[in-house]
Amino acid sequence: MLSLAIFLPLAAALLLPAVPRRAVPWTWVAVSLAELALVAGMWAAHGTRDGFSFETDVRWIPSVGAGYHVGADGLSLPLLTLTALLFAACAVYSLGQERRGRAFAMAFLFLETVCLGVFAALDLLLFFVFFDLSIVGMYFVILVWGHAGAARSALKFFLYTFLGSLVLLLGFIGLYLGADPHTFDMVELTRDPPLEDAPTAAGLTLLALGIGLGIKTPVVPFHTWLPPAHTDAPAAGSAVLAGVMLKMGGYGLVRIAMPMLPDAWRRYALAVLIVGLVSVLYGALVALAQDDVKRLVAYTSVNHMGYVVLALGAAGYAGGTDAGARLAVTGAVTQMVSHGLITGALFLLCGVLHARAGSYDLRRFGGVARAAPVFAGTLAAAAFASLGLPGLSGFIAEFQIFAGTIGTGAAATAVTGALAVLGIVVTAGLFLRVLHRLLLGGPGELTGRVGDLRRPEAVAIVPLLASSLLIGVLPGPLLDTIGPFSAAVTGWVAR
Amino acid sequence: MNENPADLAPELCLLIAAVLGLVGGMFLPRTGQWRVAAIGAAGAVAGLAAACVAATRPDLAAFGSFAVDPVTHVTRIVVLASVPVVLALAAVPVRGHPRESEHYVLIMLSALGTIMLGGATDLLVVVAAYLLASIPAYALAGLGGDAPGTEAALKYYLLGAFLGVLMLAGVTLLYGVAGRTAYPQLRAGLAAAPDAAVAVGVVALLAGLLFKAGAVPGHFWVPDVTQGAPPAVAAFVTTVPKIGAFAALYRLGAEALPDGAGGWPVLVAVLAAAAMTLGNLAAFGQDNVRRLLAYSTVSQAGYLLVPVAAAGRTGLAEPAVLFYLGAYAATNLGAFAVVLAIGRDDLRGYTGLLRASPVTGLALAVCLLGFVGTPPTAVFAAKVLMFGAAIDGGLGWLAIVAAANTVASVFYYLRWIVPMCRAPDGPFRPARGASIVAAGAAAFSVLLGAGAGVALAV
Repeated sequence: MLSLAIFLPLAAALLLPAVPRRAVPWTWVAVSLAELALVAGMWAAHGTRDGFSFETDVRWIPSVGAGYHVGADGLSLPLLTLTALLFAACAVYSLGQERRGRAFAMAFLFLETVCLGVFAALDLLLFFVFFDLSIVGMYFVILVWGHAGAARSALKFFLYTFLGSLVLLLGFIGLYLGADPHTFDMVELTRDPPLEDAPTAAGLTLLALGIGLGIKTPVVPFHTWLPPAHTDAPAAGSAVLAGVMLKMGGYGLVRIAMPMLPDAWRRYALAVLIVGLVSVLYGALVALAQDDVKRLVAYTSVNHMGYVVLALGAAGYAGGTDAGARLAVTGAVTQMVSHGLITGALFLLCGVLHARAGSYDLRRFGGVARAAPVFAGTLAAAAFASLGLPGLSGFIAEFQIFAGTIGTGAAATAVTGALAVLGIVVTAGLFLRVLHRLLLGGPGELTGRVGDLRRPEAVAIVPLLASSLLIGVLPGPLLDTIGPFSAAVTGWVAR
Repeated sequence: MNENPADLAPELCLLIAAVLGLVGGMFLPRTGQWRVAAIGAAGAVAGLAAACVAATRPDLAAFGSFAVDPVTHVTRIVVLASVPVVLALAAVPVRGHPRESEHYVLIMLSALGTIMLGGATDLLVVVAAYLLASIPAYALAGLGGDAPGTEAALKYYLLGAFLGVLMLAGVTLLYGVAGRTAYPQLRAGLAAAPDAAVAVGVVALLAGLLFKAGAVPGHFWVPDVTQGAPPAVAAFVTTVPKIGAFAALYRLGAEALPDGAGGWPVLVAVLAAAAMTLGNLAAFGQDNVRRLLAYSTVSQAGYLLVPVAAAGRTGLAEPAVLFYLGAYAATNLGAFAVVLAIGRDDLRGYTGLLRASPVTGLALAVCLLGFVGTPPTAVFAAKVLMFGAAIDGGLGWLAIVAAANTVASVFYYLRWIVPMCRAPDGPFRPARGASIVAAGAAAFSVLLGAGAGVALAV
């Protein structure tokens, strides 16, 4: 069933050339909605159990111990659902407005398959295959459908993230060679962590994994590929890139680095903490200085993903299975889901702005609230969600991250956690500045061109924010799903 | 000693086809010479069948100087599978050429030498195979008869002759200090020999094999021959002889030399790093796609040398070399098939290919991304094995150099892919046969990558 969910979009992409031109967007929407229903159904069936559901394990390259092994647990299922939801939103958003629509739909369906594959893979080599293909897919999306200057940004994106993926591959090979018997199977590697009696090798492997996943996350100083890629990508591409693909980094840290190298993770947790803290503060401060809305949102992604890294570092630093560490890990996973929803919505809203006025420059707008009230309302809601207003998902995630990080009790985590809270203040400031410049005041030079949301755009964006609100008001089901997993992770790290 | 000629059935099939082709070519009318290509392809396919049957039997040594083991099996299968492809690619451009049948026969003979090179377990057989693989290739490079082709052939010949002589000197020296040329005895003899003499001998011997492999420092012929010779010949010389050369290099490291003799791992590792780096750096600025592919094959040779450097130190080295050979052959032939199909040499000539001719464009994109090592193509699986062999063989730094080089190489492969996505300038009329070959090679590369388990299990 999981394999069906993974490969359904790809099959649809392959069949799309046979569909008549006018039916293409609707086919795309129908497939994405079916996909969403499928994944949500799987989540409901899994419930709050521990361990994996829907496991499939087929031999693929037996001579190196690699298999087609997929499964879904409390970590995967929320992210799989997020992926399906965001792709469905992109499908609806793109109804009748992209050039070369057929190829666009095929590219996104292909990307959906590889993104779902990353979050479902339980084999390092399989994970890597999907991870790498996501880069190729996104490269073509930016290259073909991006704004001016896309070729350069796409190249930078490809080279940077591809380097990251190769370093990641070296780390995977390190894990493979460290295991006895040699295997790429994640479940076995988690059960029996490799390289336990070789601290140097474990440290180097963790370094390789950290760089590879850090570039993808992205953390400072490996974030420089992100702003140009986002600025020049089409709106739906940015939404997927930020909403789904950035999660692959954090996901890899929780799924691979922490359980498989627990000893090294504990030893170098302070470094992770500091990298997380720097990303939080630096991302927020640089975002504050931007006049380009899309770049601004891109930098807030650095800030938000920094919280994830910070929480995971704190869980490792505490090294115990206490409530603080568990809370931090749960918060990190919640943050990934929440950031996907909110940033996806923000980037789609930026796309609306660009589609109307052809610019992202804050200084050329003003008083949009009067001209486009629905747009203004959704943007305000998304901005408040992003800065962590209570009642929305960002608050739930960030509260748990700070409570967990500070609550683990060690002096270092308490200090970094307290400093990271400053990030929230800066984010609040910068989003209020955006709302002020963009929505209020007298009309700017381009305000006249901004019309209100069209129906497909509203139908795409509103559910994302509604989900964020739902998580903010009723976080129980999500947290109960993640709970058993974060308990397991902290248990593994404590070994 | 086993002296059963049936053990050499695949080689004999190719030899018989070559002789039949040579004789038949004299009697066939000018318009009917394509039949020689058909004979050659039939011989190769028969040989391929024989090789596949042989691969299921236990290992043995024929005539004491030719091993029939997994390395030979893979060499045979990859070479014999490549020959019909190359013949098909060559058949259209050389139709009606005054030396048409000789073209085909030379391809077959050079391929035969390549297989011998891969299977030889005696230095003297290596030398003989080297000559058999090289001399027909010199002639092939010059058969076009135009100025660039003549220059290419001359350069190819001079470099080959020079490095061949050096190789012969190396063989002499190794024979002198070890007293034997057959690998098992050579290994025993070299263990007691003075280190300096062994090192000099190994370096000289490497010169010839690296020339065949197109790796640094024997790579100077690669760009000129690839650009100057007819495209089908370029596809052949940058693909097939390499297969035998790397098999021979691997065998040398794993079977002929005592562990660490002549500084083998470090020497080969440095050569590998040099080949991939120089190949990539030189490929950056190329606007001629054939020159770009030429330098790309130099860098690929560097990656192939990585498991050779780890030969005998890790169980991953052998599958890495062998799998990479098959993956490389499919990918390289596919890329050259597209060049033949489109018939243009400048990068700009490929603008809009993806829209004008989706199948050919997609095949090229798959092959180029395959060179990069993007999953799920065959070179990806090969590169995973290669990285594994490097790390397990204690050459972690080389794995990092290879990873950095792979990223650098993305840049020039993308220079070719990016224009393909734009709007076309003019109409494309891809040649039918070569397009089919290209699509087949690209599909095979993906299948081999996805089915790597099956291939590795054999």
